[in-house]
Amino acid sequence: MLEIRRLAKRFDPAAPAALFEGVDLDVAAGECVAIVGESGVGKSTLLNCLAGLESVDSGSIRLEGRELAGLDDDAFARLRRSRYGFVFQAFHILPHLTLAQNVALPLWLLDVAEGEARERAGAMLARVDLAARADDWPRHLSGGELQRVAIARALVHRPALVLADEPTGNLDPGRAAAVLELLLEAVREAGAAGVLVTHSAAAAARADRVLRLTAGGLAPEP
Amino acid sequence: MSAALRRLFLASLRRRPLATALSLAAIALGVALGLAVQLIHDAALDEFGRGLRLLAGESDLQVLGPRGGFDDALYLALAARPEVAEASPLLEVQARLPGRDGSLRILGADIFRLPGVQPALLPVPAEGVGQFAALEAGRIFLSAAASAELGLAPGNVLAVQSGVVEHALTVSGGVPGAGAGQALGVMDIAAAQQLFDRPGLLTRIDLRLAPGVAREEARRSLAALLPPGVELLAPEAAAAQVAGLSRAYRVNLGMLAAIALLTGAFLVFSTQMLAVARRRQEFAFLRALGLERSGLKRGLLAEGAALGLLGGLGGVALGHGLAALAFRLVGGDLGAGFFEGLRPALRFEPLPALAYAALGVAAGVAGSWVPARDAAALVPARALRAADEAGLDARPRWVAAFSCALAAAVLSRLPALGGVPVAGYAAVACILAAAVLALPGVTAAVARVLARGRAVLWRLAHARLAAAPGQTVVAGAAVVASVALAAAMAIMVNSFRLSLDDWLARMLPADLYLQASSSAASGYLDEDTVAAVAALPGVAAVEPIRFEQIRLDGQRAPVTLLARTIRAEGDLPLVEGHIAVPPDDLPQAWISEAMVDLFGLATGDELAVPMAGRLQRFRVAGVWRDYARQHGAVAVDLAVYQALGGDHRANDLAIRLRPGADPAAVAQAAVAALGERTVRVATTGEVRARSLEIFDRSFLVTYLMEAAAVLIGLAGIATSFAALATARRREFGMLRHLGFTRGEIGRLLALEGALAAALGVAVGLAAGAAVAWVLVEVVNRQSFHWSMDMSVPAGGLALFAAVLVALAALAARLAGAHAMRRPAVLAVREDW
Repeated sequence: MLEIRRLAKRFDPAAPAALFEGVDLDVAAGECVAIVGESGVGKSTLLNCLAGLESVDSGSIRLEGRELAGLDDDAFARLRRSRYGFVFQAFHILPHLTLAQNVALPLWLLDVAEGEARERAGAMLARVDLAARADDWPRHLSGGELQRVAIARALVHRPALVLADEPTGNLDPGRAAAVLELLLEAVREAGAAGVLVTHSAAAAARADRVLRLTAGGLAPEP
Repeated sequence: MSAALRRLFLASLRRRPLATALSLAAIALGVALGLAVQLIHDAALDEFGRGLRLLAGESDLQVLGPRGGFDDALYLALAARPEVAEASPLLEVQARLPGRDGSLRILGADIFRLPGVQPALLPVPAEGVGQFAALEAGRIFLSAAASAELGLAPGNVLAVQSGVVEHALTVSGGVPGAGAGQALGVMDIAAAQQLFDRPGLLTRIDLRLAPGVAREEARRSLAALLPPGVELLAPEAAAAQVAGLSRAYRVNLGMLAAIALLTGAFLVFSTQMLAVARRRQEFAFLRALGLERSGLKRGLLAEGAALGLLGGLGGVALGHGLAALAFRLVGGDLGAGFFEGLRPALRFEPLPALAYAALGVAAGVAGSWVPARDAAALVPARALRAADEAGLDARPRWVAAFSCALAAAVLSRLPALGGVPVAGYAAVACILAAAVLALPGVTAAVARVLARGRAVLWRLAHARLAAAPGQTVVAGAAVVASVALAAAMAIMVNSFRLSLDDWLARMLPADLYLQASSSAASGYLDEDTVAAVAALPGVAAVEPIRFEQIRLDGQRAPVTLLARTIRAEGDLPLVEGHIAVPPDDLPQAWISEAMVDLFGLATGDELAVPMAGRLQRFRVAGVWRDYARQHGAVAVDLAVYQALGGDHRANDLAIRLRPGADPAAVAQAAVAALGERTVRVATTGEVRARSLEIFDRSFLVTYLMEAAAVLIGLAGIATSFAALATARRREFGMLRHLGFTRGEIGRLLALEGALAAALGVAVGLAAGAAVAWVLVEVVNRQSFHWSMDMSVPAGGLALFAAVLVALAALAARLAGAHAMRRPAVLAVREDW
């Protein structure tokens, strides 16, 4: 599903050392890969490069066989709306939309019919055990519940790739485990490829594979 | 607190330079407009007062009569009275200057009487001119301002006009006591009476009372000697009468400036409200560190005060600049024509400057009051949560809104206070307050009614409007006041202009109008001239029109007596009564609306009019609309006027042409017969066009203020959205992750800006219509004493609204561009 070859990124093009280089990665459909590493090594930057939110200096990114390196900003934005799902550490649920509307937002972007969007958002909320609160406002939810809404939003439009950046960073350990379990299950069920960046060894351990990012590339975590 | 105040609060103004600059500009503009209006009018009134004092000299009482004059036998009678130490007779003529546009105020004076009563008016012969030249006919002495304005030096000849005849006067010296701001000429009184064909007539007598005589006592005893239409006044009372004429105009402009300042305060409110929303967590953190609620509130109020002070000081500087510019471009009366012949000079007045700077501070503090109160009320524990978003208070305030509207309705029924429509202006303020208070409720109602639609941008904008209307309300509030003001002025000016055009059509029924000078000046048409015009080829009929200024009592300013042919219903623009009325024992007169307001007269009343030195009784047969004379006018039929007063002169001549006659050819023939330099002939269309041009010029300042208010409103939208966009960077970052392009987010902002502006504009237009009603029916009526027919320029207002909404969308889009420049990846991680 996702193939990365010899990806390199420098913050300063004139700098002698790259933030990372030689990054190779393959993630299959239904597989979840966790990326760990020291602070500042570029884990989140790698995710941003995969999403087209930061440029890469060299290398190739292919999603569903399509080469993404070289796409312009708007083309990447259009690709993200259909083929990407995101889960953020700080949830980023819009306060002026109900839970159902927040989840349906990607479908609105894809111009899915109102009835179908409502139905699919409802189904995703049911999947994250929040069906009864579809018409609630985000301000009434706890952090764990908000992250479950974010997971539903990340998957409602059936993306090919789900990127999660410290998805449990704002949650207590008990809630974090449950939320992460839910995320991984949902990604696998959806048949998407999942890339998870985390500091937490416990969270990484739940992924199918764990890779460590260093300046020289990705290596399997022993 | 002082270090904290400086670093935490005042420094925050520097961190948001755009919003700070716009708020400063808005306050500065409001302060500048108000101060400029005050400086200009103060200078003009000062100079005007100086002129009156100069003329009054050391006199204790003044005898004032009609412009046409009164018998100079009165002078002899008064001078012989024991109460009077010295009496100085004057014949004041506004002399038409052939071949020039303006006129010159000429004072015919008894040179031997001037030293004792009005020494400043003493003429001083130029070098080489005989010592007694001032007693010679054909000589005039010009003040420095008049010399400069006319470009004449001693020895030059000044052409003046009497009737349609041109006379030459030799400039023989100056009037050094007149000062730099008074344009006038002095000549011998007997020579002036002869030159201007006013034999045996005076227009005023200045009296210096004998030592020990009380002024009021003398006034009572001497009043018995006065013929009808001649009044005895203290000099300051005469000054107050004339100053009162321009008061309403001055107050009106001052109020417009106040509304511009109010709009500035709204701008401060919206920027501070949004800044508080953005700095919510910062304040929560400071509160957690131990900053008291009152300290937080004080800090935010200090921000507003600093904005107000800087804006106020800038406004004071700008106000002086604007005043200087206005003096140069439109004169000391801002184009309204109250102070002709004056050359006022601009001075720096510390007291008004301080007062206006303080007004700026007040506007800044008032604008910050609600945001400071809200910030002080926040709960630190909740606001510190990363996901907690600021909820701007947008609860409907229908009760407060309706209360303000009710107060406006009550205030609009109250009479003027000292000739100034104080309650009317208070009603305008209440309407504006009601509109702003109604905005949250209207926004909520509109959000419920608006269809959600399918387009994602519309859905997001709609959802935001429905769930978080506070930001829309805050952004829209800045627009409401400015749109209301602009719409109200547009409706009022449109109503006035159309009513004036209709009035001109009714007052100018003939084909051509011939004039020897303005009604106040020395040109006139005698019977021979009228007959000569009537005999011109192509002329079917001529109708003379006579204007005379008369005094009905000593308490009020003089009114105009208008004599013209009044026989058919259409001859006057009546708003009450009829032209053709059943025969009465008294002749008919028709009074202008100002006479109803100022003199308390009504149809059917009896009115005593001084004519030819005696009181003539008339029956008021109706009330007519008069846009030319706000101090009042009485119209009588010309034949009645001539029969009762024996005055057969005319100021204007209405010329009706034979069918097929060429107006240009007739006009040319009339000018050829009477002299190119002494008469002016214009077609009705030309007179109307010129009148409307003067109308537009007198509203120039109003238009400028209106434009300033709208600009401030637009600035409000831009600042609000710049602040909103900055506060929503995380949201935009998330949307970019979800696949929104930068363009789509820009369009989302534009849509939200357009929605906020559309709501502000809609509420502003409704408020504007209500304000326009108050302006037309209350403020104008009480200020200028004339009515007008309400007429809404629907097309123009629709275009204005559409352009404003489009500009607001653009402003929001541009304001948001800054926030969108921040990479999405940084925005979503920003933890503020």
